[in-house]
Amino acid sequence: MCDTCGCDQPNNPVTYKKPGEDNVHTHTHPHDDKHGHTHSHIHDDNHEHSHSHTHSHSEESNYEHTHSHNHEHEEHTHDHSHGKVIQIEQDVLSTNNLLAERNRGYFEAKNILALNLVSSPGSGKTTLLEKTITELRKELLFSVIEGDQQTMNDANRINATGAPVIQINTGNGCHLDADMINKAVKKLDVAENSVLIIENVGNLVCPSLFDLGEAYRVVVISVTEGDDKPIKYPNIFHTSDVCIINKIDLLPYVDFNIMKAKEYALQVNHHLQFFELSAKTGEGMDKWYEWLKGTIL
Amino acid sequence: MHELSIVISILDAVEENAKSHKASAVNEIELEVGELSGVEYDALEFAIEHAPKNDLLKNAAFVINKIPGKARCNECNKEFELNDYYTVCPLCNKFEYDIIQGKELKIKSIKID
Repeated sequence: MCDTCGCDQPNNPVTYKKPGEDNVHTHTHPHDDKHGHTHSHIHDDNHEHSHSHTHSHSEESNYEHTHSHNHEHEEHTHDHSHGKVIQIEQDVLSTNNLLAERNRGYFEAKNILALNLVSSPGSGKTTLLEKTITELRKELLFSVIEGDQQTMNDANRINATGAPVIQINTGNGCHLDADMINKAVKKLDVAENSVLIIENVGNLVCPSLFDLGEAYRVVVISVTEGDDKPIKYPNIFHTSDVCIINKIDLLPYVDFNIMKAKEYALQVNHHLQFFELSAKTGEGMDKWYEWLKGTIL
Repeated sequence: MHELSIVISILDAVEENAKSHKASAVNEIELEVGELSGVEYDALEFAIEHAPKNDLLKNAAFVINKIPGKARCNECNKEFELNDYYTVCPLCNKFEYDIIQGKELKIKSIKID
């Protein structure tokens, strides 16, 4: 089981490929050995068994107690557990968060503006990148990390713009994590004073939990997705810095109320900065370019 | 959604700590899980039930402290409880608040032999 997404399997590892190359680098999992074992129970006269208890209680002390056992057994009394107390105070996602901070430090030292692009599949992230890179390539240096379950399709599209790109295929994985970015950046050899755009796996739920070390998280929604998206998927909007509303050229054909969508998004995160644009027609892209240039230069 | 991998992370961290204290068994693992942490409590309990545990951890009881969400309004300074991201300030009806509690996802303490 993966220490982040829980999905990486030994026969379906995460891969890192540049367009046109065979895979030379696979991400192998440190937990495989530890967690490949099966759990066995010994039954003898003493009837040894394993079980787990969970106790949940809120701060108001409504004591809810669930108890589960694998085997039939005689009545036993349930004692509160005993032993020496060790204070841990450790954040559970610390492994990823620590690595994300290391990534962040690296990017800051090399003046790399790292952006984490998150959205549902099909919001137009790749098209937005193709357009942005093509229009700004004379002014800014770009590198791209693409994340998808399978195929080199997105990396190949970025490759056609001339920007260096690497494709991470997560297999069954549903998001990118800091470790994957760490490995991809080493392989990509990102230039100083450049923009690194990470196109996350299309998913409005899981990427919200995983800091990659980015300077800004950009959530992209398109007008075909419904204006109540932000309150239906609050975590991703809450943890983002910028919100791009894409495909505005389709507004005449859909029931999407931009004012409402922005209001909902602000409810969930009042710090959000918005760009309304169409990556396809170019409308509204100038403000996005201005922000990019203003942020890196 | 990643409750099983979260539990496995917890067990790994607990094991490391327990071993550094030369424990022979872990009897209890105390967690703080906030209402706004993104963790689904039922899924977490299911994952705790079914995650593989070695001898050091197999009899550990999990105690989960649910931490309610709390926010402070930037407009009127009122502190109020919330368990979602679209509650308004009950005093001034504004959305400009900062979350001050409820995002915790941590291992608080363990009890060992």
